[in-house]
Amino acid sequence: MYVAVKGGEAAIANAHRLLADRRRGDRSVPALRLDQIVEQLALGVDRVMSEGSLYDRELAALAVVQARGDMIEAIFLVRAYRTTLPRFGYTNPVDTGAMQVERRISATYKDLPGGQVLGPTFDYTHRLLDPELAAGAEVETPAQRPVEPETMPRVSAILAHEGLIEADGEMPLDHVPGDITREPLQFPMARDIRLQALSRGDEGFLLALGYSTQRGYARNHPFVGEIRIGEVELELDVPELPFAVPLGSIRVTECQMVNQFKGSAKAPPQFTRGYGLVFGQSERKAMAMALCDRALRASELGEDVVAAAQDEEFVISHSDNVQATGFVEHLKLPHYVDFQAELGLVRRMRAEYEARENEDRAAEEKREAAE
Amino acid sequence: MRGQEARKQAGRKALMATLAHAEADEIARLWNEAGLPSEAELLRGPETGLVTVRGRIGGGGAPFNVGEATVTRATVRLPSGQVGHSYALGRDKGKARLAAIADALWQDAAHREAVETKLAAPLRAALDAARETRRVETAATKVDFFTMVRGED
Repeated sequence: MYVAVKGGEAAIANAHRLLADRRRGDRSVPALRLDQIVEQLALGVDRVMSEGSLYDRELAALAVVQARGDMIEAIFLVRAYRTTLPRFGYTNPVDTGAMQVERRISATYKDLPGGQVLGPTFDYTHRLLDPELAAGAEVETPAQRPVEPETMPRVSAILAHEGLIEADGEMPLDHVPGDITREPLQFPMARDIRLQALSRGDEGFLLALGYSTQRGYARNHPFVGEIRIGEVELELDVPELPFAVPLGSIRVTECQMVNQFKGSAKAPPQFTRGYGLVFGQSERKAMAMALCDRALRASELGEDVVAAAQDEEFVISHSDNVQATGFVEHLKLPHYVDFQAELGLVRRMRAEYEARENEDRAAEEKREAAE
Repeated sequence: MRGQEARKQAGRKALMATLAHAEADEIARLWNEAGLPSEAELLRGPETGLVTVRGRIGGGGAPFNVGEATVTRATVRLPSGQVGHSYALGRDKGKARLAAIADALWQDAAHREAVETKLAAPLRAALDAARETRRVETAATKVDFFTMVRGED
């Protein structure tokens, strides 16, 4: 017989009240404003937008505060918010070649058109904690270099003409891009759907998998063909206007990984590619995404699937940190009935085990006595 | 005739792009300074929803869905009959309403000039200046390679 148990309402209400108090912390310390988070914890906000799969800085900042800085909780909040809004449609694909570039580097070509532009990077810093920052020191304004605007074609466009690098990934003309927010995941999946899953995937998980390919689990000889960060324009086709309506711009990070490939039964020797595109400024995530994209193309390119990073079902099924945390964290919810049932089962098995042991021991003693 | 229509559409789209990029406070401030009329009947919204942002595989290949973004839109009708639309990233409903009125006013020959010179032009100038500042700040971080000459000649 199962008897429903209720209770805990008062405890839960008081726990949430206590959470609100602890979140606010010492009242003599000024409360954070959302614009402070948007401006000064910008990369944290970007991560929440990227993995929350919703571009809205202010909402992401609110989620960060509400979650007390717990990024996965913040991402969860943003994902939940998304489901409350109507959908207006799919934008036209962004043109990263027309990006207003804030950073652009290539590890394969020193002198590419537009040059190597470092932008606001942590690279080449000494990773020493800065006590002046703690003291709130004033910051210099950035240097300026008034030069003529230069076009910055994507490195893939520059390399393409030699024929030694594969083209941008094409799909059949009648292929409609899949959408994991509308249809359940099915394996095997097309590359476009995989990329959508990877773009919102957990940075740590994808980073570890990308790292594993470098350490020899599905080695694929990657080079950073290009990383670019900057703002791209968004446009949406709507029935009420005779042109695509401009929506404004968003910041994205794009990574073109170029991988040496010795050829297979399916493809000749060439440079193959992995692609990363994520919301905000996050080149670690974009690079990890590109490494995983390339590894997951193993079957398409006729490579043996031997490592975790090449296993589509393994990677894509576990890359979503909201799903992952939901399933892991549900373990702490009451499982009283489940556990009672299991306890009964284990008791019975133990009793049977001990009865068998006793029988065996008795038989053994008897045999020894007989000898 | 067709060229004229295309130019008109390009002008209307350029205004919408400017308004989509501009800050709500700045639009409201210029609106008041210009004394533009703000009376209009709301036909739709302002309402906030989502668009799914698309990218292309490899940058130029087949489209795929990257993630979503908040967008707020509005549709208004002026007392004189023109219907205006607005769409912009974010959740600012006041901005959506004003931008839709601006679009409607722009379609009225009597107001187009004022919308262009008193609203769009200063907004565009500010946006261009900000963009130019970012560009030259970025340009200052460009690497100038130089070759170390080694050996005899």
